[in-house]
Amino acid sequence: MTNNSDFLKELHDPELPVPDDMRSSVAVTNLDKLMSTVYNWGRRNSIWPMAFGLACCAIEMIATAASRYDQARFGMEVIRASPRQSDLMLVSGTVTKKMVVPIVRLYNQMPEPKYVLAMGACACGGGPFKDGYNVVGGIDKYIPVDVYVPGCPPTPQALLHGLIMLQKKIDGQSLSNRNSVPWYGRGPSDEATMPVLGPDIIDPRQAHILRRQAGATEQPSEPADTDA
Amino acid sequence: MTEQVPTADTVTPTGETLNVLHKRFKKAVRQDDRDGYDGILIDPARLVEVATAARDELGYDYLASATAVDYLGKGDHLEMVYHLCRTSGGPALVLKAQTPRENAELPSLTGVWSGADFQEREAWDLMGIRFTGHPNLKRILLWEGFDGHPLRKDWREAYYEADQKPFDSRWPDGHVRRAEQDNPYGKNVRYPDGFVLDEYQSTAEDALYADVALGLDVSADLATERVVVSMGPQHPSTHGVFRMIVTLDGERIEALEPVMGYLHRNHEKIGERNTFLQNMPYTDRLDYICSLSNNLGYALAVERLMSLGSRYEPPTYRAEAIRVLMAELTRIVNHMWAIGFLLNDLGAFFTPMMYAVTERELILDFFEATTGSRMMCNYMRFGGVAHDIPDRMRSEASLINDRVRDENTMEYLHKLINERLPRAIDQFDEYLTTSEIVTNRCIGVGVLSTADAIAASAAGPVLRASGVPYDVRRADPYSIYADLDFDVAVRYHGDVYDRYLIRLDEMRQSIRILKQVWPLLMDTGGQPFFAGRGGIYSPRVPAGESYGRVENPKGELGYYVVSDGGQNPRRYHVRAPSFINLTALEQMCKGHKVADVVAILGSIDIVLGETDR
Amino acid sequence: MYGSGVWRGLLVTLKHFVATYVDDIRWGFRRRNPAAFPVRQSLDGRGVFTVEYPEEKIAVPERFRFIPFLVVDNYDHPERAGHDWCTSCGICAKVCPPQCIWIVRGSDPDSGRPVPEPDAFYIDIDLCMNCGLCAEFCPFDAIKMDHDYELASYDRTSNHIYDKRRLSKEFRYWQSIAPTIAEQEASARGGWEHKDVLKQKAKDAKAVASEQAE
Ligand code: SF4
Ligand code: SF4
Ligand code: SF4
Repeated sequence: MTNNSDFLKELHDPELPVPDDMRSSVAVTNLDKLMSTVYNWGRRNSIWPMAFGLACCAIEMIATAASRYDQARFGMEVIRASPRQSDLMLVSGTVTKKMVVPIVRLYNQMPEPKYVLAMGACACGGGPFKDGYNVVGGIDKYIPVDVYVPGCPPTPQALLHGLIMLQKKIDGQSLSNRNSVPWYGRGPSDEATMPVLGPDIIDPRQAHILRRQAGATEQPSEPADTDA
Repeated sequence: MTEQVPTADTVTPTGETLNVLHKRFKKAVRQDDRDGYDGILIDPARLVEVATAARDELGYDYLASATAVDYLGKGDHLEMVYHLCRTSGGPALVLKAQTPRENAELPSLTGVWSGADFQEREAWDLMGIRFTGHPNLKRILLWEGFDGHPLRKDWREAYYEADQKPFDSRWPDGHVRRAEQDNPYGKNVRYPDGFVLDEYQSTAEDALYADVALGLDVSADLATERVVVSMGPQHPSTHGVFRMIVTLDGERIEALEPVMGYLHRNHEKIGERNTFLQNMPYTDRLDYICSLSNNLGYALAVERLMSLGSRYEPPTYRAEAIRVLMAELTRIVNHMWAIGFLLNDLGAFFTPMMYAVTERELILDFFEATTGSRMMCNYMRFGGVAHDIPDRMRSEASLINDRVRDENTMEYLHKLINERLPRAIDQFDEYLTTSEIVTNRCIGVGVLSTADAIAASAAGPVLRASGVPYDVRRADPYSIYADLDFDVAVRYHGDVYDRYLIRLDEMRQSIRILKQVWPLLMDTGGQPFFAGRGGIYSPRVPAGESYGRVENPKGELGYYVVSDGGQNPRRYHVRAPSFINLTALEQMCKGHKVADVVAILGSIDIVLGETDR
Repeated sequence: MYGSGVWRGLLVTLKHFVATYVDDIRWGFRRRNPAAFPVRQSLDGRGVFTVEYPEEKIAVPERFRFIPFLVVDNYDHPERAGHDWCTSCGICAKVCPPQCIWIVRGSDPDSGRPVPEPDAFYIDIDLCMNCGLCAEFCPFDAIKMDHDYELASYDRTSNHIYDKRRLSKEFRYWQSIAPTIAEQEASARGGWEHKDVLKQKAKDAKAVASEQAE
């Protein structure tokens, strides 16, 4: 693997001499660079967020969309009510166990390329309500998050900063490098796993832990190897 | 269209009521004589009779709040606490009924007040009291199939660390850990013993659709089919994560069941782990548009408890004036927001909202300069407020491109109250009140009659638009409202349009109050804004119970706090107006078109942080 | 007349529309005009209200609360350069509502006795609710609320628990973001230095005075 990456680095060296018969393919990579730039420019300036307010942070999100901070300056004013038409999920507030099920479903319904911005302490990592029995300690336990905006609530300007960070992230993505984005690979990308509401929320990805714990007679003392 | 209502008398209601009730019910009623407690204990077998008598004969026609308390280790019973009020004003009467913790069961009061419906469901959900005779006893905030009743004192959450904060692990050996690291399952989950994954069938969704009637309606002229639509929890017009299961006959609404709990953040459980002071910033997050008046209600409740002790100093006059200033500005913020959103729901997408948010930003500038935060103000303290109003609202550049401002605070306020806000309210009036689109969509829609509004424990603008001049600021005055001159706005049609108009009226009354408060602030400038010694982070709160209520912009916000005399409340309950106002939603919506539901919901003005807590 | 209400409403929007251009003309069509900013953002503002973040930002007021930071002495302080003001008394950790402060009390490596400086200080900003209670109740003015809100990041696991190094900022910084509050606090303490330093100084001065008296 390591050799491989060295090799790739070498390949991407612009100084690398190009044999005549390979000129055309080089044009393709350059074209890709150009394409990516144009493409990303288009995408970064027309991010359509989903109308989706969870909690207190949503109020600041609305304030960001209103006249003083005016999200429209970034091409983000087209707030869609349907996940099918949106590029960005702004998780603005506390994610409860009851709500995470619809959130994951909505995420799966969004067309790619899609981004998630976790707004506020709650969406990032549980926030002040993390101890609560119905609160998920961070939306990234269920769906991938691109940008985290801490604060409780983040002021509109902090949210705008987060959105600019997201634009920067989009700028850095490339159409040809499959590692930079999952959705330009071959075939459909994996869906996020839907949790189930049981006696407490059940994440199917944790099934093996659950089975093991059920087998054990007593409550084990050592923590299992879950993601933190 | 305003009316003067009688102000409260100071007689405690328990004594007089007890005399009357005792004649009839003999031993079934007795005085609650625990230290610091008040109210009447009732034999559960006769609860319904007593409640009916209180309603019909004693005039306590309004069920303000109903909640349960777990007295584990102090009698080992569950106790249901009812706060009854007269819509003509006066302090609350407290009724209580006890039941053992095992197989807890009490008669339901839904027959007496329909407003008991959701509150009893909540008590079942979180405390596990079964109410006999309740028509629809399902979980309300959690989902069907959840394990246990979390507000019981012996129920522990997955990230449980200790019964009370502060946790010992933070100091002096505070090696940082994320709570996930201590939980066997990592993700804030906890399963009951003997839980077998492969045999589990989730019932959470099925339960919602269990008793909706489907099929063809042949009795109508047009044979229409009944359909069930699930609106929400992600819906642009449900004001957050609210959900409704709507049964439609064609376009007409046959039945509607609100489903909530998508923002149930365990406010009360966390509140019982917190110290009294630590709850203050959490109250900001209840009705997150009106954090300052939430603070006020909680401060009142705890101050009432503290006044039972010996070393209590009531808030200074200046503190009270600041509190009223903040509460009234908050009311304007909220009503602007509510009107903006109502119009959003009617289809006037975002323009009225923009105008509302603009004015809100200007008020928020003042909040930010005074309290430190735009939304989560955390400003009131027990005995006053956290800071004085600053002389100047000045900012300091710290980031690149920062543009600074500097204004005299009192002048800013003066201008805000006397020029900017009245102009904005008039503008709304001109913009919307006569607009045919608004009148056509709103007049006669979502009517709630006076009797129904009282029975359903509706509060705030919803109640007053139905012709009940009930306002806690007058009915049971707190702070310095008794000295201030204002009218209780009231309208009589009980439809969406009146609920819109009443918000305009109330904003105008708030301006009137603010105009009286401004000189008070000028006069008291320099006086202390906090009574007693500062810097006490764990005030002594004697054992007892108290119910502090304020007229929040959305209705009566009450805090029921029970103290053991320790650092933490034993019970901390929030009587949330947005939650209880929803009781009447189905009633208001029945028979209307599906498009009216969002308008009706918008006119109730809910905030999910408070509905679900 | 039916429909007149709608027209009156539309007139209101038209007024707003026109006001925007009038405002633009008034300020000479200059976008992001620094002179226009305070007026547009004040109660007299009509028309243009937008702040064009990031080219212009609304500076936050002095009392603004975001994530807390720890005050240390200026790095060019003659005796106590970079010395923590925090004495690890633990009050902030006790008062913090979501319990997001972790403190390891400092101890002398030889004697094991506690010393007034924390060995470690963590704040989990994924829990912090920006309530400001820690700053309000710290008896040594050692923890203050920061004004820097531009904290968005791509990863939280590695950088959302702030340690002492990340939290520490010079006293000078606090003076720069909240000059009036810093001054009030200093006058309450009796000087610009840390409370303990001032106490020590007063003690020394007294000792010197009594020596001279003898
Ligand atoms: S981060 Fe704070 S403001 Fe945002 S949703 Fe959570 S509690 Fe509310
Ligand atoms: S209260 Fe102040 S001095 Fe005490 S530990 Fe906290 S920061 Fe340090
Ligand atoms: S601001 Fe509040 S939540 Fe944050 S560290 Fe300080 S006390 Fe804790």
